[in-house]
Formats: sequence, C-alpha cells, structure tokens
Amino acid sequence: MTISRKAFLRMSGLSCLAAAAQRAIGAITGTRWAMAIDVAKCLKQENCTKCIVACHQAHNVPSIPDRSHEVRWIWKDSLDHAFQEQLDEYYSLRAAPAMVLCNHCENPPCVRVCPTQATWKREDGIVAMDWHRCIGCRYCMAACPYGSRSFNWMDPRPYIHNPNPEFPTRTKGVVEKCTFCTERLVGPGGHPRPPACVEACSGKALVFGNLADPHSPIRELLAARRHIRRKPELGTGPNVFYIV
Amino acid sequence: MRDRALIYSGLAVFLGLVTFPAWHNLSTHVTAKGPDLRLPAREKQCVAPLEYMRSSHMSLLIDWRERVVRAGGRDFTALDGKHYNMSLTPTCLEQCHGAKADFCDRCHNYAAVSPPCWNCHLDSKPVLRSAR
Repeated sequence: MTISRKAFLRMSGLSCLAAAAQRAIGAITGTRWAMAIDVAKCLKQENCTKCIVACHQAHNVPSIPDRSHEVRWIWKDSLDHAFQEQLDEYYSLRAAPAMVLCNHCENPPCVRVCPTQATWKREDGIVAMDWHRCIGCRYCMAACPYGSRSFNWMDPRPYIHNPNPEFPTRTKGVVEKCTFCTERLVGPGGHPRPPACVEACSGKALVFGNLADPHSPIRELLAARRHIRRKPELGTGPNVFYIV
Repeated sequence: MRDRALIYSGLAVFLGLVTFPAWHNLSTHVTAKGPDLRLPAREKQCVAPLEYMRSSHMSLLIDWRERVVRAGGRDFTALDGKHYNMSLTPTCLEQCHGAKADFCDRCHNYAAVSPPCWNCHLDSKPVLRSAR
C-alpha cells in the first residue's frame, strides 16, 4: 500500500487536531476530586474520631496495637506538626487537630517511582491503588513526603475485628493508603456518594468536591476562605486543603 | 535357581511399588468422580454459560478486576442482558454461591490449585456468621 505525501500530511494534521480537541474537552468537562478540611470546625468536635472509625471500618483497615506495624488511611495530627514550616509559634490554632490522609497530589511522587504501576493517577485526579499489582517494594513509601502510606508487615486479618464483606482486606506485603473512596464515587446506578469520612463527619468539617467545577461547594469554600496545603514547596500539588 | 526367593521377593516389592497409586487411592476412598459442588438454590444461570464458566471463570474474573480497578466501572451486562455488579464477594458469593468452602474450595482442592484471591477477598459466610 502506498500513501501520497499529501494524504500523509493531511492524516497527521487531523490526528493532532483530534488529540488536541480531546484534551480540550477533557479539561472543560473533567473532574478533579479534592477535599477541604475546616480546622476550626474540627477543633470544636473534641476527641472526635468519627471520620477515622468510618474510614477504617469501611475499608477493613486493621487496628494493630504495635505502632511500628500500624496501618492507617486517615489519622489525627496537630496543625503545628503537619504544617511546621508554614505556621509560626504565635498562630492561635497551632494545637488544633489536622486530619491527615493521602493528598492525591497533582504530581504524585509515589506514582513516578512505582515499578509496576500498582499506583497511578486516574483521570479524575485520584491517586489510585491496585493491590493486585503491588509487589511490596515500598518505593512509594520512600517517595511520599507526607507519610501517607502504610505497609502490611504481617497478615492484617487477625486485627480486623468486624470486617466489611463489601471491601477486600489486604494481604501481607502490600502497601495501602486512602483511595478517596473510589468505590463510593462509582455508586450503584451512577449516584456517587461522598467518601466515608466526609459522610461520618457530624461537624461538617470535611468538604469533598470537584475542583474542575467552578460552582462546586469546595470551590466556593476555597474562594472565600484562607487555606493552606502541606509542603507546597515540593511541587507535588496536594489536593487536600486546610481552611485555617 | 538358588536365587528363587530373592527374585520372587524382589518381584513382589516391584509390583507393590508399581501398583502403589491404586492401593493408596483404594485405601483413602478416592474415586474418579469429580467434586460434589453445592449449586445455588434460586439462580439457574450464571453470568456466562456454564461451559464457559467452568473452563474460563478465571479469565472472566481477571477481566472484571481490570475493569473495576483500572477503568473504574462496576456494571457488567451478561449475554442475556442482565446487569451485574462486578464484585467477587458481594455478587458471586453473597448472591449465589454462599460460602466459598462449598463451591470454590471443593473444586480448587480437587484440581489442586490455590488461587490467591482469598488472601484479600473475604468469604461472606464467616463474616456474616460473626456479625450475627
């Protein structure tokens, strides 16, 4: 089969146009899932662990008493500790709790280093995990600047007291982390539900939404209130915002 | 023929060794019959025809896995047009096959295969039992 130079150039041009159009449409109609955490609201709910309990119950996260083997998807840190380099010692909310979880970064270093593509960035911005593919090399744990990932040093099943049959457990030798509840975002019949932690928060301190939609509640919240992200200087572009 | 005793005892040992599998199977009551599976009481049709499921359920499950985990879809349309939620424990086990011990395990044990699916995916029955 022969092809003339003119036809080849025409086909190349059309292909480039189609690819550009696809990207443009994706940028307009796309989804960018993100979370905002209102620190002051979280502070009002003293000793509240509802979001942690709901997340860990929904995803069969084991509660291992030995801290060196601990597995966690979302946990409580102090604002002072989570934002050491951004908040000075006179800031009033220093001791407030900061819920920390995977930041679902714009440029996730964990995805770059994963040799099996067991962790990858989905089109909707979520840094997802495929536990079938994880070989337990822990490169992603070394790469993550937020310590958001946990490794299963032992079989987690004996430490899952009330397992949820809807969600698998993990096995010894794989890394795990928050997935922004991808299983709930699909939803039965195409009705997405917010992540388990957001649904469980009685103080409405956690807001989940689509950053690509300028009229979404999260965009309005971020437009109105001062917010910070963890370690922005690293250029990872976290998608978890803290309203301070 | 002074070695008669030696030859006959050697032959007996040889025959015993050669026919050992038959003796062993007889003593442990192994039959040529396949595994006795507990089939679902209500449903008569699986997500695909029986012959396909029998030979290629593993390919179907791997295909489901890729579609759910990598592509983020959950809906599976069977040949007869019925829709299923692609999920091992909630759909395969809870809707039809009950405990894996009565269905999956019996055949896997018979075929001497140990798929790693169950290292992570839960068997619904013990979970439901402990929840009660």
